[in-house]
Amino acid sequence: MKWERIRIAVMLAPTLLVISILFFGSLLYGFLQSLGYNPNIGATDINFDAYLRVMFSEEFSGRFWSGLTLSLWVAFCSTFVSAAIAIFVALLLRRTFFGKKLAVFFFQLNLPIPHLVIAVGMIMLFSQSGLVSRMLGELGLVTSPRDFPALTKDAYGIGIILAYIWKEVAFFGIIVLAILQSLGEDYEAVAQSLGANRWQRFRTVTLPLIMPGLMSASIIVFAFTFGSYEVPRILGVGYPKMLPVMSLDFFLNPDLNARAEGMALSMIIAFIVLVLIFIYMYITARTVRKD
Amino acid sequence: MRRIPFYAAVIAISIAFLAPVISFMINAFAYRWFYPQLVPKEWSLQAWVRLKLIPRPGDRTFESFIDLWTGVPDVISALWLSLAIGTLVTGTSVIIGLPAARALGLYRFRGKKIVEFMIIAPTIVPPIAFSLGLNINFIRWDMALMNAGIPIDLAGSVFGVSLVHLVPVMPYVVLTLSGVFANYDADYEAQARSLGAPPWRIFWDVTLPAILPGLFVAALFAFLVSWSQYLLTFLIGQGRVVTLPALLFSAAGSGNNAMIAAISLVFIAPAILILLVTSRYLSGESSAAGGFGRV
Repeated sequence: MKWERIRIAVMLAPTLLVISILFFGSLLYGFLQSLGYNPNIGATDINFDAYLRVMFSEEFSGRFWSGLTLSLWVAFCSTFVSAAIAIFVALLLRRTFFGKKLAVFFFQLNLPIPHLVIAVGMIMLFSQSGLVSRMLGELGLVTSPRDFPALTKDAYGIGIILAYIWKEVAFFGIIVLAILQSLGEDYEAVAQSLGANRWQRFRTVTLPLIMPGLMSASIIVFAFTFGSYEVPRILGVGYPKMLPVMSLDFFLNPDLNARAEGMALSMIIAFIVLVLIFIYMYITARTVRKD
Repeated sequence: MRRIPFYAAVIAISIAFLAPVISFMINAFAYRWFYPQLVPKEWSLQAWVRLKLIPRPGDRTFESFIDLWTGVPDVISALWLSLAIGTLVTGTSVIIGLPAARALGLYRFRGKKIVEFMIIAPTIVPPIAFSLGLNINFIRWDMALMNAGIPIDLAGSVFGVSLVHLVPVMPYVVLTLSGVFANYDADYEAQARSLGAPPWRIFWDVTLPAILPGLFVAALFAFLVSWSQYLLTFLIGQGRVVTLPALLFSAAGSGNNAMIAAISLVFIAPAILILLVTSRYLSGESSAAGGFGRV
């Protein structure tokens, strides 16, 4: 038995070593630096100054809270709208029809395309002289690029949300479609025979069945859209900035004192994501117990 | 007759999903595409010529293609670098992750939950939170290595970038493969052993064939996750490791849509190829599908 435990430890060691040194080690070091610990410039005292400066100082607080609001808004809209569209499309595509394979392939097409590329694609689609604007021009609804609203690089993060929707619909889509197809339509048929209309069947039968998968996918998407950098960097504006972009800008500031603020911001982002995940786990643990 | 609105909806949705790729295809070949035109009146390969992927018009012989490509234009060198890093990261992550996946898939042991949590953690914590510390750590370690007389650079090197790509890649490799090992019967190995097979024969003739399909999918996902990394490459490579995403990022600021679209097409071609190969494994239940969430 003792030998088996040693064997398991040896098998796990390389992976855990890589993750511990590169991931946990860096996370810890970043945390220490956010607390002002930086022996290279002779700072060994630990304090929360950087956090307080980022959140409450006159210089940064306006940027921080507007950035936080934007981040939450973008993450919430992206998650909710993508999930809704994915459910609708998955319900449509689950039946058998001619050309289903091709339609499902298109449904998944944006899945392996990097976020960065989709963000660039949004500029080509939704900028003021983009494809959508031209399409409306063809219909006579707009006559010049200036008539078309600025949907990319806008203060409300519309372009960012659109990019995430394109990506995450595909992500939610495969999960929901897989659940629906493994369940079949028997439950809904029973509900129909009992006189439930289309909306009642969806509300009381289908939705509860896909809910567990949908919720865990939502958490992944929310955490990702809240904390990722590429899309808001390409499609965002200077003010308000989403938190990850703000964090990296602080970090890359030639003034080395701004580094602690950048670190503090990145820790705040990670902290918010972790709190959300714990809330989610707490809720699911409770609902499972109730059942 | 109810089929007609159904097909109309399916086609409209398909076009919406295809829209980004369609926009790249139009932009990459458009020439003097004035505003209200929906479809360009003139097409051209100008962007591809400027990227030195296609020779100038009038000189499109086989030799001139060879001349151009052996001159290694920026896009090609970025493509090679991305391929090289992706392959290196995939190979390394599989070699490191395979034993761990086997331990997690086949055995129950104390602390298993903690080990699983540690391996999943990099997929939950936003990359920005650890990459800033990593950036400084690499610079510190480089100084320590230099003082020790070891001439290895981590920061700003292809080696360093490949090393840090392991962080987002490892979780998917280990999770996908541990799922494979959970359905794997280790008794076959015992039978081979009792027949006198040496360990490497057992691995080669018994274990490997059984896990090969799962291994293949895990490797493709690992490649794709490495392929699409931008932030880590930028922070650790310090702008000196120009992979395809790095090239696209710097082009994105140029405003030259034709060139941006052409680079995008080169960038997504392997990704779509991988989707074609793996789409039948995409049940959505498998942890492999989670890999796509991070691309």
